[in-house]
Amino acid sequence: MAFFEVSNIRKHFDKTEVLKGIDFSLEKGKVLSIIGSSGSGKTTLLRCLNFLETADEGTITVNGEKIFDAATFKNMKEYEIRQRRLHFGLVFQSFNLFPQYTVLGNVTLAPTLRLKEEKLSRIEKKQRIEEIHEHARELIEKVGLTDKIDFYPCQLSGGQQQRVAIARALALSPDILCFDEPTSALDPELTQEVLMVIKDLKNADSTMIVVTHEMEFAKSVSDQVIFMADGVIEEMGAPEELFDNPQSPKTRAFLNKSLESI
Amino acid sequence: MQFINIVVLPLLEGLLYTFLFFIITLIASLPLGLLISFGSKSKILPIRWAVRCLVWVIRGTPLMLQILFLITAPGLLSQVLGLGFRFAIREQWQYFMMVCVAFTINYSCYFSEIYRGGIQSVPAGQYEAAQVLGMTKSQTFSKVIFLQVVKRIVAPMSNEIITLVKDTALSSVAIHLDMFTVAKEIVNLQPKYFLWPLVLSAAFYLIFNGIVTVLLGKLEKKLDYFKV
Repeated sequence: MAFFEVSNIRKHFDKTEVLKGIDFSLEKGKVLSIIGSSGSGKTTLLRCLNFLETADEGTITVNGEKIFDAATFKNMKEYEIRQRRLHFGLVFQSFNLFPQYTVLGNVTLAPTLRLKEEKLSRIEKKQRIEEIHEHARELIEKVGLTDKIDFYPCQLSGGQQQRVAIARALALSPDILCFDEPTSALDPELTQEVLMVIKDLKNADSTMIVVTHEMEFAKSVSDQVIFMADGVIEEMGAPEELFDNPQSPKTRAFLNKSLESI
Repeated sequence: MQFINIVVLPLLEGLLYTFLFFIITLIASLPLGLLISFGSKSKILPIRWAVRCLVWVIRGTPLMLQILFLITAPGLLSQVLGLGFRFAIREQWQYFMMVCVAFTINYSCYFSEIYRGGIQSVPAGQYEAAQVLGMTKSQTFSKVIFLQVVKRIVAPMSNEIITLVKDTALSSVAIHLDMFTVAKEIVNLQPKYFLWPLVLSAAFYLIFNGIVTVLLGKLEKKLDYFKV
């Protein structure tokens, strides 16, 4: 059994079926890119994985633990859902940093709040908070923003904000880190710094799922690529196969189009 | 000297009551308004319906009518029901309290609409970011959303708060304690001072509102460190 398995995920909004049965699996430490035109369902899929949308059918399994089953999800307690969603981290297209917190504050907020759910003595708590700050500093250094640690989001460029968002997601040590078009809101010259960070994470053996429009990046960073069209996985495979020798006519058409636009 | 005794000192006493009406209403309405704004978005239909109905009635009728209603209703009600129910405290204070209650309900409803607008203007991405980071709903509101709401609503809130300073004069329909009512009485009883009591009370109102404006401006400036 693979580290991460998604089976028969379906989702509809009103009468439109957005996901028509998605199955795939991913090994630990591998990077999966999801490509496809807008409206193909890739963002909805990512949102289902993070429980921002609840899939109508299907299961999600991480490391042998079934963390989502559409049949029983409605009966789950809020606390349990919150625990389970922490298997995933999500980096948004629009960063969504918390504007009233500094870089350090953004990264430490969620882990600090989680401490409240454990019963700790004052000394333990103090120690844990120190650990959280220590870890946050390391992550901020990893994304290259140590000199901006006390800055507020409004004082940072888009690329820097997105790097903070990555550090924030990593602070909870998710098993799988998801990116929803992480560079779509960025100028081309800022895109590279974010992609560099993602490449570094790959070298550190993080398991990642990246929804992206950056074909070159998808080709160079992924171990596995999914091309989605109309709510189904049209084609799936290693990047060199899918990009250089696409089997499906839809994939070919999409790739030709995105090459033209470059 | 006589001027001070007959005009200035009573006006200052009135100013004290004006301030009391103001501060009690403000302190009670700020949290209550937030509660009402939650109620008006409640998922439980009867609560949502009841709260929206209340806001509609309160915002759609004159404050003066509401005050009159509140000071009259308890006595009438006890008479009709034959309860022989009476306030244990002096009538003066009973009226004072009822006026505060009327102001509080009225301003809570106005504040609730401002809160509601502020809460709605926070982008959905903020909630989603907090959600994927495993925060609870209450943590999300208190640690992420609330301060952004405050920043967005300082300006419209300031408007309402300044209006409240002046609306305290409406208490005159129930009880003759506030500065405007005192000024009016002096003008009626002591014509030799012409319009001085009114002019003086206007000056006091201006100073009062000046201080309120400065304080709210400071709050706005304090929240300038981030952008929403």
